[in-house]
Amino acid sequence: MGSYIIRRSILLIPTIFLVTIIVFLTIRLIPGSIIDIMMGEMGTEVLGEGFDRDALVAKLGLDVPIYVQYGRWVGDIIFHGNLGVAIRGQYETVNQKLASRIPVTFEIGVMALIFALLIALPVGIYSAIRQDSLGDWITRSISILFISVPSFWIGTLVMIYPAKWWGWSPSMQLIRFTENPLGNIGMFIVPSLVLGMVISGTTMRMTRTMMLEVLRQDYIRTAWAKGLAEKTVVLRHAIKNAMIPVITIIGMQIPYLVGGSVIIEQIFVLPGVGRLMVESLSYRDYPIVSGINLFIAAVVMVVNLVVDMVYAYLDPRIRYK
Amino acid sequence: MGTVEKNKNKRKSFFTDVITRLVKEKPVGAVGGLIVVAFLIVGIFSNFIAPYEMNQVNLIHRLESPSITYPLGTDHLGRDTFSRVIYGARISTIVGISATLINIIIATALGTTSGYFGGKFDTVMQRFVDAWMSFPSLLILITVMSLVGTGLVQIILVLGISGGISSSRVVRSAVMGIRENIYILASKVIGVTSIKTLIKHVIPNIMAPIIIIFSTTIGSVILAEAALSFLGFGLPPDIASWGGMLSAEGRQYMELAPRLAFWPGICLTTVVWGMNIFGDALRDLLDPRLRGGVGRLGNLGTKKIQKFLSKNKKLNVKKYNNVNT
Repeated sequence: MGSYIIRRSILLIPTIFLVTIIVFLTIRLIPGSIIDIMMGEMGTEVLGEGFDRDALVAKLGLDVPIYVQYGRWVGDIIFHGNLGVAIRGQYETVNQKLASRIPVTFEIGVMALIFALLIALPVGIYSAIRQDSLGDWITRSISILFISVPSFWIGTLVMIYPAKWWGWSPSMQLIRFTENPLGNIGMFIVPSLVLGMVISGTTMRMTRTMMLEVLRQDYIRTAWAKGLAEKTVVLRHAIKNAMIPVITIIGMQIPYLVGGSVIIEQIFVLPGVGRLMVESLSYRDYPIVSGINLFIAAVVMVVNLVVDMVYAYLDPRIRYK
Repeated sequence: MGTVEKNKNKRKSFFTDVITRLVKEKPVGAVGGLIVVAFLIVGIFSNFIAPYEMNQVNLIHRLESPSITYPLGTDHLGRDTFSRVIYGARISTIVGISATLINIIIATALGTTSGYFGGKFDTVMQRFVDAWMSFPSLLILITVMSLVGTGLVQIILVLGISGGISSSRVVRSAVMGIRENIYILASKVIGVTSIKTLIKHVIPNIMAPIIIIFSTTIGSVILAEAALSFLGFGLPPDIASWGGMLSAEGRQYMELAPRLAFWPGICLTTVVWGMNIFGDALRDLLDPRLRGGVGRLGNLGTKKIQKFLSKNKKLNVKKYNNVNT
């Protein structure tokens, strides 16, 4: 197990290096001068009086050769854990900005994942043990429907129709968990349900496939042949093995959760990382954009690493390959 | 001449074969196929179907309820919602097809070279693809779109290129599967160049996964364009994109007239749903791995297989024994 963890972690190093290169270069290699766009969009009220082109270039650290820029940027991250300084707001660092936004996105993500699993696992398992029945057919159609429905449409409908019919609309004011735990969870229920719905579609399908694969194996046939009840065969024998790949699937959903929360936070006006991203993009505050991209990519990689390790722990076949 | 005609017949029979099997074995998938065809027709002929121009502003008839002159009512600028929804199909068709084609070209170029040559080149490429796939696609899409600006050409290129890098994985694994085949070795032995081998022997044999990528990508590309336009990073507001019609800009009018939010969304969902079930059915038909490891025989049913086996006694019967387990 130990050697597996080490091997897997070493593989991560070149990937992290390439991730930093991608984040660094996307903003610098795209045609058109960002400085001019930024000067145009921000104007003096954001940048302050007497802030000219050269000052902005210097603030962004663009006045040195590109490899020095990269070295400084990465060095700052590695040695000081510092993602940079935001352009808007005089003294705020990207770290502070991110730290204030992460809890909201984290909460939406976790709750959405819980909702998704609560819907997807029972339905997926049912669908597999009743393969090709009417119930299977219906749940499969629903899962494809969930994948096809854009979350921003459902979100918009949830904002519009209840408001029109019953005068109800989701809370816009952020309730802090420390102040009112129940109110806080309450306000996140609707946004997370919308986000969880989309993810449950994929998870449902994968759970069904995994379950079907396991149900075809010899030891399940043996269990049937021994005359065990269906409940025992499914719950005690099949589920245990079918759930192992499902862990990987949950890991695979993390990027979708983050991407989806950008949209959900936008619709429900929640102050999360996704909204910070959209705001920063519209103000052209690129140090924050790079910081978010790098941070999210790092989270995704770490989650994938953890998922792989859990997988290897649960399924010894992986370790000894 | 003779060989060319023979090939033509073969190809035709492949497509008619797929279509008949689709209708017979996957009726739901066929329904999806019909939705896709209807969507394409509406997209191509939208200027004949739509009663008004995409941006025909009529400030006297603002936010009107559905009537005979305006079947789905009008929006806050008095533009006909029905016409805009119809033109939305055209935008989605253009973006969907062209971005998916770019996706396929890039995926094939990266995937075949990486899978065929292997070695260090492959390792470096795969670490790059790993890194690329660590980013949630929406984040990287909005970042790049904000840098290159909104517009049709931009969105097609951005969606196509970023999707192509991820799809290259599928192509690569398909290529690795056929790289070891004896005919590839034979073409190497007689001195055919690598590029020629790739084009003449590798690519024709990975057409099935490529078709599958095409059919499964096109729906997600349409959704991605809608999401980007919804967030304001996709197409400019005057272009009637389904996502753009739902964007926050019109939110206050949607509260007055919820149908403004309803129609673009229901069209988007129906089209993507149709594409997904069609793509699924196509994958089941084209991917031999999903047929329970018995190849095409799996579709014949046990009786036919037994008949086939009794005729061909020399075949290894054990291989087909697990047909119905």
